[in-house]
Amino acid sequence: MSSAPTATRPKVRLMLTCLCDAFFGEVGIATVKVLEHAGCEVIFDKDQTCCGQPPFNAGDWEAARTVATYAKERLLTSGEPVVTPSGSCAAMMREGYPMLFEGMDHPHAFELGEYIVRELGIETWKGKLNKKVAFHRACHGRGLGLGDLQERLLGSIDGLELVPFAQFEQCCGFGGAFSATFGATSAGIGMEKLHNIAESGATVIASGDMGCLMQLGGLIKRHKLPLETVHYAQLLAEAISA
Amino acid sequence: MKKGRVEVFARQVPQGTTDSVRSATAHYTIARRNTLDRTFEDAESTRTKAAAIKDYVLDNLGTLLEQLEAQCTANGIQVHWAKDAAEANQIIVGICKDTAPDGATIVKAKSMATEEIHLNHHLEEAGFHPVETDLGEYVVQIDHDTPSHIVAPIIHKNRIQIAKSFEREGLGPYSEIPEELAMQARKKLRADFMKADIGISGVNFAVAETGRIVLNENEGNNRLSTTAPRIHIALMGIEKILPREADLPIFLRLLSSSATGQVLVSYIHMISGPRRADEMDGPEQVHLVLLDNNRSGVLNGPYREILRCIRCGACLNVCPVYRQATGHAYGHVYSGPLGAVLGPALEGVERLGDLAKASSLCGACEEVCPVKIPIPKMLLQLRDEAYRKGVIKEPIPWGTYAFGATSAGRWRTGLKLLPMASHLPHPMKWGWSEFREPPEKEGKDFRKWWDETHGTKT
Repeated sequence: MSSAPTATRPKVRLMLTCLCDAFFGEVGIATVKVLEHAGCEVIFDKDQTCCGQPPFNAGDWEAARTVATYAKERLLTSGEPVVTPSGSCAAMMREGYPMLFEGMDHPHAFELGEYIVRELGIETWKGKLNKKVAFHRACHGRGLGLGDLQERLLGSIDGLELVPFAQFEQCCGFGGAFSATFGATSAGIGMEKLHNIAESGATVIASGDMGCLMQLGGLIKRHKLPLETVHYAQLLAEAISA
Repeated sequence: MKKGRVEVFARQVPQGTTDSVRSATAHYTIARRNTLDRTFEDAESTRTKAAAIKDYVLDNLGTLLEQLEAQCTANGIQVHWAKDAAEANQIIVGICKDTAPDGATIVKAKSMATEEIHLNHHLEEAGFHPVETDLGEYVVQIDHDTPSHIVAPIIHKNRIQIAKSFEREGLGPYSEIPEELAMQARKKLRADFMKADIGISGVNFAVAETGRIVLNENEGNNRLSTTAPRIHIALMGIEKILPREADLPIFLRLLSSSATGQVLVSYIHMISGPRRADEMDGPEQVHLVLLDNNRSGVLNGPYREILRCIRCGACLNVCPVYRQATGHAYGHVYSGPLGAVLGPALEGVERLGDLAKASSLCGACEEVCPVKIPIPKMLLQLRDEAYRKGVIKEPIPWGTYAFGATSAGRWRTGLKLLPMASHLPHPMKWGWSEFREPPEKEGKDFRKWWDETHGTKT
């Protein structure tokens, strides 16, 4: 992998996501580092807020349209592809917006790894990282058709071992507001996921969505489990500097 | 904030029930995946093709049903049309009264359509003695329970519970060995098959081209129910139709692999009418009851694609919410992702719209669906409809949220106030903190870092 010459550096527009804005700034920082290392020029619109998914999933589509209209103006009018460290937010823009706005084309919004692999054509990530990682496929990757794309990119890091675990296709139970309104159901699902991962012998859980990792991390802390969570953008960034 | 019925149930369901359901559904999910890969060169394109066939059926339902009626009639099958559950029950009870003595035994093969119309209750009220002959359904019946899964009705029970029920019913000496329990049920049910005047079944597929009823099963009880008694009555939802015989190979294999991970089920019956003059076995009369029960309404509405469903149960098996809360949580004959769409679609968002909220929207259901029903999309549409109609209430005033999220200044102020907000008493916080630690701000703030490193660029 090599950085493209400056003249042809693809411009991408970062959608930070509300969770990275509020809690997980390091994930946003890692995302910028990874994109720049992959040869991109990253544009960050400071007036961006939220993609509108919370009210969309809740069923309040009027509120969702209001937020999405704002996000469209901030992020989609200039034409650069939107890249975000969240399959969930990318899916909201690409698949959710056409449901909210009849006749709207699917916008050019991409999950980070999806953009790197499919749009930039980078399939292996140079660098070294001695870690055993269980990769949780965040469910919105299904809607985007990511398959095992993120794992392949992550697994190409020298020294990084991806540990398989049972029932990998199962959700972490987050589901946005679902995690609070269906608390017992959601937590039960999350504990089952953690149980399956713990059985595999992995101690690090990586994923592509901070929603999943917030859910799993909150359960890990409550139950004092010997597991830690990390966004895979942070691992990609760490591998560059290692 | 009132909790949804699925969450209320999940809070009191015994861990043992969740464990039973989890282990069985995980088994089916893995078996499904392995068998699909073995059975089809390209399972993905087969599912696409199957979805297209079902869409053709839905686009031409009226014509195909008329063709089915004509072909069935030519085959000697008597066709009846039921616009709703009441009419279906009336028709079936009427046939029973016309053809069998008071108090006659009726053997039943497993059928979710008969569950949908609560047929057993109506048969008993009319003085008949219906006996479920599918092993799972038999246990449901003697326990006065309801099926918690459309394919595996007693997925919520373990063999010790079944052993106790059999002992209570006096079926034989107490045993926890599955084979012995099956033999006890077999002995009891054989006697019922011998004395039954009427057999009632569902329908997996009905072929319009030839007027044939197709049944799938593993236990052999469908064969006995549809051949031993003098009268066979089959009840089918009108969407179960297939245009041509040539469509069967795909659907039979997709149904078997998706439901139980089998390449094909043990028995496939293709029923072309009552016993002919030169035949030794078979019923004197075959009746086919076509059940609408608002399927026509669904056909013309936004949830039309749910009528592609072939009732394989794969979406239940893979659904994390179904696994955790288990089938009875849905309080409806159809549970899981299928039930969360079909329930409100058939009976109205006003009655069952809250079921659409019982999902993390993980999309596993759509991924395994043999006819590619976009269940997550429809759950979202149902939420929209339910919210607009005031059926679901939200713990967060989303209008206020939207106000905050449409101005950079208000948004940043909100982010600054967030640590304080997390100390406010609020249902969202209770729901989260009851089970997990709340998130804390970790490491550097992105906006600050951006200003420091990327300076003037916006």
